[in-house]
Amino acid sequence: MKFLCVACDEAMKYAEAQGPEAGSLSVVFHCPHCGYRVALLTNPWETQLVRSLGVVIGGRTVPSEPLELVRTTLADSKLLWTAEAEERLERVPEFARAMARQSIERYAREQGYHEITPHVMDEARAKLGL
Amino acid sequence: MKTYREIAGDAGSDILGQVKEQQARLQARLAQITHTIAVMSGKGGVGKSVITTNMAAALAMLGHQVGVLDADINGPSVAKMFGVRGQTLKVGKNGVVPVLGPLGIKIISMDLLLSRDEAPVVWDAPAQQDPFVWRGTIEVSTLREFLADTDWGELDFLLIDLPPGPERLPNLPGLLPVLHTIVVTIPSEVAQLTVKRSIALAQQLKAKLLGLIENMAGYLCRKCGALGELFPSSGEETVNVLGVPLLGKIPFDPRIARCSDRGIPFVLEHKDTTAGEAFAQIAQKIKRNITFGEGER
Repeated sequence: MKFLCVACDEAMKYAEAQGPEAGSLSVVFHCPHCGYRVALLTNPWETQLVRSLGVVIGGRTVPSEPLELVRTTLADSKLLWTAEAEERLERVPEFARAMARQSIERYAREQGYHEITPHVMDEARAKLGL
Repeated sequence: MKTYREIAGDAGSDILGQVKEQQARLQARLAQITHTIAVMSGKGGVGKSVITTNMAAALAMLGHQVGVLDADINGPSVAKMFGVRGQTLKVGKNGVVPVLGPLGIKIISMDLLLSRDEAPVVWDAPAQQDPFVWRGTIEVSTLREFLADTDWGELDFLLIDLPPGPERLPNLPGLLPVLHTIVVTIPSEVAQLTVKRSIALAQQLKAKLLGLIENMAGYLCRKCGALGELFPSSGEETVNVLGVPLLGKIPFDPRIARCSDRGIPFVLEHKDTTAGEAFAQIAQKIKRNITFGEGER
């Protein structure tokens, strides 16, 4: 899909994207010549189709994470732990390890994290007083 | 007024570039895998996953590095059959670290990502109505991520356990430049009919067909050793009906199902039984056919 500023006969450029919110993405394009702006509003199926391809509208600013699409889209997915985070959890006394794992995962889910890293553990520890 | 083709690029998202990057990541990963084999069937319930786990074990017993990708996204069973269900995948420096099964077989399955035993595979999507619009796309993307984001390391064989039905096979040639297939069936006319369609599809897609494995090929009496019929015979050998080379026949043995339930490949515990020997011979044949190109169609 491409957008053309009819007045300038100029291809429009991506400006910004918002959402998805309530199943819709708002993607703004502007004419580099006259500055005219239009917004593309996707319906839920279009939003999902784009998401299902594992691509980011507006381009990627950071490289994708391993299994990024599956982990962010699967409704009932396990949180994955990095090897460093697992090593750190191993240092928790065995009797308290399961509880610590549970608390950290609960915190991570509440914060919208899909992966437990040492940084997430630090955050959880500070917030939950672990 | 400019036309679509006169405008270069896609306004800044570089979707093509993102897809190319996905492809490059996939190719880099596949460069470490010598052979990929899809285990397929047109029919459900023929024992495809049991064959996959036992073939993986039999190839590993020959000293090969083996991985198994459970491509049955909605009905994963490979993790259970390898006894690794409940283990958690970890993220390492080179991607997701696959779970290690017996003989160091590397396993990835949707089952290892689901949070609860009874959790169905439901995608968190804004368009839950009419999911057919996007469901196929997300499942292909999942397969791509499983292939590209798993730290397989160097593998001699990667076995891909496909879901029943032929619809998932056409996705694979787009992901895997060289794909071998094994067809699993049972000696019944109903199964042969649907399997025939899968074979035709594999041939159309130019997947290299290594051959056919006939599962539940008779019931072996454990008292007298005689092989009795489990399905009514059509009078013609399955291999003749389907017109593909036969890799081997696995007789029905209740211990195969018991081993699967216990999470141990049958061939590891019962390699000296008729079925165990059949698995080992098929593994030898696969190795020979794939190395020397024998039997490929």
